Amino acid sequence: MTPKQRKTLIRIIVAFVITAGLTVTFHLVEVPWWIRVPAYLVPYVIVGHDVLYKAFRGICKGQVFDENFLMAVATIGAFCLSECLEGVAVMLFYQVGELFQSIAVGKSRKNIAALMDIRPDYANLLAEDGTTEKVDPDDVEIGSVIVVNPGEKIPIDGVVLSGQSLLDTAALTGESVPRHVAEGREVISGCIALDGQLRIETTKEFGESTVSKILDLVENSSMKKAKAENFISKFARVYTPIVCYSALALAVLPPVARLIFGYPANWIDWITRALTFLVISCPCAVVISVPLSFFGGIGCASSRGILVKGSNYLEALADTGTIVFDKTGTLTEGVFVVTGCHPAQGWNRDHLLSVAAHAESASGHPISLSIRRAFEETGRTVEPEIVSDIHEVAGHGVTALIEGKRIAVGNERLMLKEGAAVSCDQPEGTVCYVSVDGVFAGCIHISDVIRPTSGEAMKSLSAQGIRTVMLTGDRTEVAKRVAGELGIHTVRSELLPGDKVSEVEKLLEEKEKGSCLAFVGDGINDAPVLSRADIGIAMGAMGSDAAIEAADIVLMDDDPAKISLALRISRKTLRIVRQNITFAIGVKLLCLLLGAFGIANMWIAIFADVGVMVIAVLNAVRALKIR
Amino acid sequence: MKKTYKVEVDCAACAEKMADAIRATEGVKDATLSFMTLKVKVEFEEGADPDTVMQAARANCKKIEDDMEIYL
Repeated sequence: MTPKQRKTLIRIIVAFVITAGLTVTFHLVEVPWWIRVPAYLVPYVIVGHDVLYKAFRGICKGQVFDENFLMAVATIGAFCLSECLEGVAVMLFYQVGELFQSIAVGKSRKNIAALMDIRPDYANLLAEDGTTEKVDPDDVEIGSVIVVNPGEKIPIDGVVLSGQSLLDTAALTGESVPRHVAEGREVISGCIALDGQLRIETTKEFGESTVSKILDLVENSSMKKAKAENFISKFARVYTPIVCYSALALAVLPPVARLIFGYPANWIDWITRALTFLVISCPCAVVISVPLSFFGGIGCASSRGILVKGSNYLEALADTGTIVFDKTGTLTEGVFVVTGCHPAQGWNRDHLLSVAAHAESASGHPISLSIRRAFEETGRTVEPEIVSDIHEVAGHGVTALIEGKRIAVGNERLMLKEGAAVSCDQPEGTVCYVSVDGVFAGCIHISDVIRPTSGEAMKSLSAQGIRTVMLTGDRTEVAKRVAGELGIHTVRSELLPGDKVSEVEKLLEEKEKGSCLAFVGDGINDAPVLSRADIGIAMGAMGSDAAIEAADIVLMDDDPAKISLALRISRKTLRIVRQNITFAIGVKLLCLLLGAFGIANMWIAIFADVGVMVIAVLNAVRALKIR
Repeated sequence: MKKTYKVEVDCAACAEKMADAIRATEGVKDATLSFMTLKVKVEFEEGADPDTVMQAARANCKKIEDDMEIYL
């Protein structure tokens, strides 16, 4: 409890005790009204003086329709009708509700903040004489050496100079299995060293480190408002004035009409009904529950390693009907392994692998890496000086000059360009062809491994009613096999990198109105596609700035099953949002109606105000606990 | 230019009013207030001085609701 809340609580208790005492006394002893009314005014002022003051200030500034004004009017009205006990009780009840709401909101705010709390408090800076000093992470310069003791958070991104340890990455990825790091490995901030001391040379400033970026992203996520939130703001803007004018009409029109038709006016009855209206007119319950639910949903997701950049994306994800996956690096590990080497007639295996590895020596493509690795495993090393004129042809492969011979390594299209007639049986996996001076020299088989959780992820997405699509630059046979194995509905294969954007655009046109399309990629080569889709989801983003930048939703680890979890969180959050909107508005309208007919009294009106708010807040907090 | 400020406000409806008031201040292009993080992100017009603009914005907010604060 904050000091402010504690003060309110004390005021409530004191006022309650006095009110109870007075009520009992007046029950036993008959007293005239001029003693009774001032006596009740004492607890009334104790518990409600701030409300009265705020109402007064509001009137001075022309801000008439706020809840303080309404409470003041309603309770003073009760006093005027000599319903003193009711006046005090209403104010008491109102303050209890406000206090409870303030505590509930503060608590959920704190809970969510704790979920996201990965901010390191200090860094142990190593001085030249070998001593360490605790400093603010902001003050550590790039290239400094910091020491991370067991149990401490790594404050800044860097490279391990010495020491080894298991790292707990749960705060970043939601993954509970620790990772092992040792000398020479890059580490990112936010992880906790578990069992060993690490000396780390920092490679970034604190402000540029992973942990700062993530904190920034999560803290800003509630700034991007969802449609539901904007709807509520607009609703609140019209709701209060409408109810206030209705209250005025209710207080004046029926009595006047009754007078005209020759009945007694019953002013008191109608004014009481109008006051009830005023109490119900505060839109706070509705206004608070919606952003709180989204905040809870985003907090829950981030504790599981799913960073959502805004409530609007969480909302869009819940409406997603199609999810498009990039194959390599997303559904598959993206780590290729050479599984076969088939030289054409007149060539031998070693030579084939050697020319291919040399031609690919400058490329960072996973396929190139796998060929080089296979070559190095034979005990030889790539000599870059014998290779020249390396050209990478996007979507085709690589050409280069080696010892005066033109080497081409790539797919069938490249061979066609080179005029080499290929002959190779088509096994599982990707085939990489090699030609020398336009003559086919053989082929290399490379396979990618499907991620262990991909199948499970696709199954649960299908069960959630999602149409799954896979895009790949791979051959159709390979693509079909992978898709069949995983149970993916649609496959588009043999795409050049540029084709992926147009494929996604085609899918965007095909989709049903109102449903969204999400694209899942590894964020390395697919930034244009990520931004073109309604929602871009980047996987395996831990430590990859580009992916964090380009995507709307970021999965810190590379588990496709997290997508189905994210979908579940978004849908449940939206369900809570809808429940709260319907419930709060519904109860308010119902109470307004009952109030107009004189059935609802002040107590029901207060419930419609603070009671609904408390229930809505408690419901919103459920968004935190989605599994 | 965009800047983020910490705010204090008690109820969600007041927070909405506060955001409206900041948005209506001269020199402010757009403002988003998050009641959950109690922060307001203000985008200033080209050439506006954030400090003077925020003083004015704060005064505007005080006009509609006393019980609030923007930490400048």
